[in-house]
Amino acid sequence: MNATVVLEHVTKAHGQMVAVNDVSLSMKSGEFFSILGPSGSGKTTILRMIAGLDVPDSGTIMIQQRVVNADPPHVRPVNMVFQHYALFPHMNVFDNIAFGLRMRPEAGRNIRQAVERMVALVRLDGKSQRFPGQLSGGEQQRVALARALVNRPVVVLLDEPLAALDQQLRQEMQGELKRLQQEVNATFICVTHQQDEALTLSDRIAVMHAGTLLQVGTPQEVYDQPASSTVARFIGLSNSLSGTMTRLENNVCWIEHEAFPTLMARYPSGAAAHGPVTVMVRPERLHISLDVPDKGYDNTLPAVVHHIMFHGNEMAYQFRLRNEAVWTARVPIGETRRAQLAIGQAVYLQWAVHEGLALVP
Amino acid sequence: MRHYSSHVFPLPVSFSFWAAGLFLCLFFLLPLGVVLGVSLASRGLYGGVQWIGTFENYRRLADPMIGVIFVRSILFASLTTLVCAVVGFPLAYMVARASQRWQLVWLTLVMIPFWTNFLVRTYAWVLILRADGLVNSLLLQLGIESEPLPLLFTDLAVGVGLVYGYLPFMVLPLIVAIERIPPQLEEAAYDLYASVGAMFRHVVLPLSKPGFWAGGVLVFIPSLGAFITPYLLGGGQKMMIGTLIQQEFLVSRDWPFGSALSFGLMGTALVLWFVVSRTSLGKDVQ
Amino acid sequence: MRRLPGPIILSGGLVMVFLYFPILVLMGLSLNASTMGVAWKGFSLQWYAKLLGNPAMIEAAVNSLIIAFTSTSLSLLLGIGTAIRLEQQQSRHTSWMMAIIVLPLVIPEILLGVALLMLFVLCQIPLGFGSMIIGHMVFNLPLTVVILRARLRKMDPAWEEAARDLGATPWKVLTCITLPMLRPAIWGAALLSFTVSLDDFVVTFFVAGPGATTLPLKVFSMIKTGITPEVNALSAILVVVSMCCVGLSWIVHQRANAQSSTPSSS
Repeated sequence: MNATVVLEHVTKAHGQMVAVNDVSLSMKSGEFFSILGPSGSGKTTILRMIAGLDVPDSGTIMIQQRVVNADPPHVRPVNMVFQHYALFPHMNVFDNIAFGLRMRPEAGRNIRQAVERMVALVRLDGKSQRFPGQLSGGEQQRVALARALVNRPVVVLLDEPLAALDQQLRQEMQGELKRLQQEVNATFICVTHQQDEALTLSDRIAVMHAGTLLQVGTPQEVYDQPASSTVARFIGLSNSLSGTMTRLENNVCWIEHEAFPTLMARYPSGAAAHGPVTVMVRPERLHISLDVPDKGYDNTLPAVVHHIMFHGNEMAYQFRLRNEAVWTARVPIGETRRAQLAIGQAVYLQWAVHEGLALVP
Repeated sequence: MRHYSSHVFPLPVSFSFWAAGLFLCLFFLLPLGVVLGVSLASRGLYGGVQWIGTFENYRRLADPMIGVIFVRSILFASLTTLVCAVVGFPLAYMVARASQRWQLVWLTLVMIPFWTNFLVRTYAWVLILRADGLVNSLLLQLGIESEPLPLLFTDLAVGVGLVYGYLPFMVLPLIVAIERIPPQLEEAAYDLYASVGAMFRHVVLPLSKPGFWAGGVLVFIPSLGAFITPYLLGGGQKMMIGTLIQQEFLVSRDWPFGSALSFGLMGTALVLWFVVSRTSLGKDVQ
Repeated sequence: MRRLPGPIILSGGLVMVFLYFPILVLMGLSLNASTMGVAWKGFSLQWYAKLLGNPAMIEAAVNSLIIAFTSTSLSLLLGIGTAIRLEQQQSRHTSWMMAIIVLPLVIPEILLGVALLMLFVLCQIPLGFGSMIIGHMVFNLPLTVVILRARLRKMDPAWEEAARDLGATPWKVLTCITLPMLRPAIWGAALLSFTVSLDDFVVTFFVAGPGATTLPLKVFSMIKTGITPEVNALSAILVVVSMCCVGLSWIVHQRANAQSSTPSSS
């Protein structure tokens, strides 16, 4: 167990608002750790406290087994990639990257060499004399990364690193980030509100909401066994229906609802609890049957087509259930048979038992 | 900038535009032309102007006595600008980075002297510095000095008065410039191991340059032509260009020479204005 | 990180004290019963009473107000249209106007004074109210235009374009959209140019006629003849009046900002 960064019962309020509420976390050396949450969930505040830009009200922050609560940012072995990069507009790429080394006399004389190696590493060869204003968004992102990495920090903090990039560039940079992290072998702590980004990049994910930590685990764990309906919703389980659990067998539970036939879903939490539960299903896992329900599915819900949206590579359908709840289904455009759906049409939504998840609300 | 190629303006808009243009031509450009014309004419026997063309007035600018006054003025103006920049920066930074509510308070407090009567603000220093003024009374009462110090009518008094008078002209543009620097850049510098001093040296000060340029112009030009300050606090003994011009016009009544002086002053000011606006523009583009 | 470095706060605070100390000294002394020196001899309003009892002083005050009011109104009359045209159209005329309009604000004031003096004398225009009003307009007009233009610049052109798209004539756009939205800035500009005009000494000093005098001229001539507590009282009045005007225009400005300049931020 070699934790690089440890947070113990950290709390931080901005005026009246509690941004971070009693959060304990530990990031292992060399791992890619993501903090996932909607804006205002306190994830950026955690990052800033690790960087030393904010001071926790209570609790301790340790970096490499040393309490750093009161240390100013310039003595911490931590560097940050800011949300909008915060490149110095009056310095060229070279000077931006060299800044951290020049600020530390112990960094030695090989600044030019170190910077040039970094420029090559982030594939910006030939652009070191440019100014930030002359670079594209992706290039600025690379400079920001290089500027942090050149200092060989123990921990690299990334604040929504890909938010300012367009879709295509974002996917490219995801791979790039992973490659760089493996190359420099530092702990990366990344804050994001994009679940796919967190799931693809991370070794472990922490999900936050309204200042509290909801769940920590590997992407697989968070994806398969969300600890609560909030987490589930955050990782894409957007369709939900509340009912009462009546039976539990081998992690599969039976749920009753007054308006619908009995439903079956996975119940991973283990604890036997009979009572109110929420069933959640991903939009892309729903099967739509037109006239009669298909036999091959465990669960069937009657619904009416409410809204149809064309998304280029897929169709998104909104359905209204008998209890007025709205569910969404996503269908790849290739399955043309579904395109015949019309608003107002009655259909059956179906899914297999392992696609649904039951959670205690 | 909006650009409507086919924009139709209501008549009153066009009217006031052209009327304003005419007004400025008649009462701003024309008078400057008159200054130029008179500076090339000769002095009448009893004051006034005789329209005999001559460069004599400009030749007289080279007179060592006059040259000394020009050099003094430029020196005073440069020092004033420098001191205003040094003194004004901490205040400007404090205002620019204050929390929203405090910023409003500080900004109001900086704005008020900016628009308050210059003559009166200078006069207040007479009350503080003169022989039976505030400073001397205090010194005598505390027994530090037995005789009042000659504070008024000294170079120091003029310097203090100029800095005091024009400081807001430096602070306001600086506030604007500092506000434009994203606070994230400062955080990035701290994150990259900069100490507070290094952060200011490498990030805030270089990025405040447009503010220093603008403030510098706004302080340098009026202090170069200052008239009230050297008159009230310098006692009119050691002259600056402003006091000299005033004297030529209202005491010696040598209008042509006074005009040549004025033109020298304007030339100096305009050249500096253009040089500086070019430079600061160039910096902005970058 | 909201914390400011200690030395910055300390020196910034000291500079703030430096800005206000002389003004406070002046105000304090104007309330001092003592006729000579700075020693405190008790609170008294006698110097103010003496000013009010002086008909020459009242006349100077009235003159100051007339000149400030007239030059401000005329500057607004010409300045509003000029600012709108400068902001909404770029042409050879407007770029010339831009170059000329800022100059009176940046050249040394004494130059304006002597230039106007010679113009008036050589053209045999009598010095007096007229010359002083014109003199003040030379800096009030540019000031008005600069302030209004700054405001226009912050306004979203989409509002005017929306009005045009909805069928408003240029005249209707002006009276129903542009002017109402510009109103706070117009008040702000009016108050500021009124203050500047009320306070102006240098230009007034050169173009004043023998008949009419203004309060700042009065202050100057009183200082020359000898420092009396009455000068302090008069100066204090001038300071307070400018502070009120500036404060008022500042409030108007803040209100306008609070009302927001772009639809998206409201």
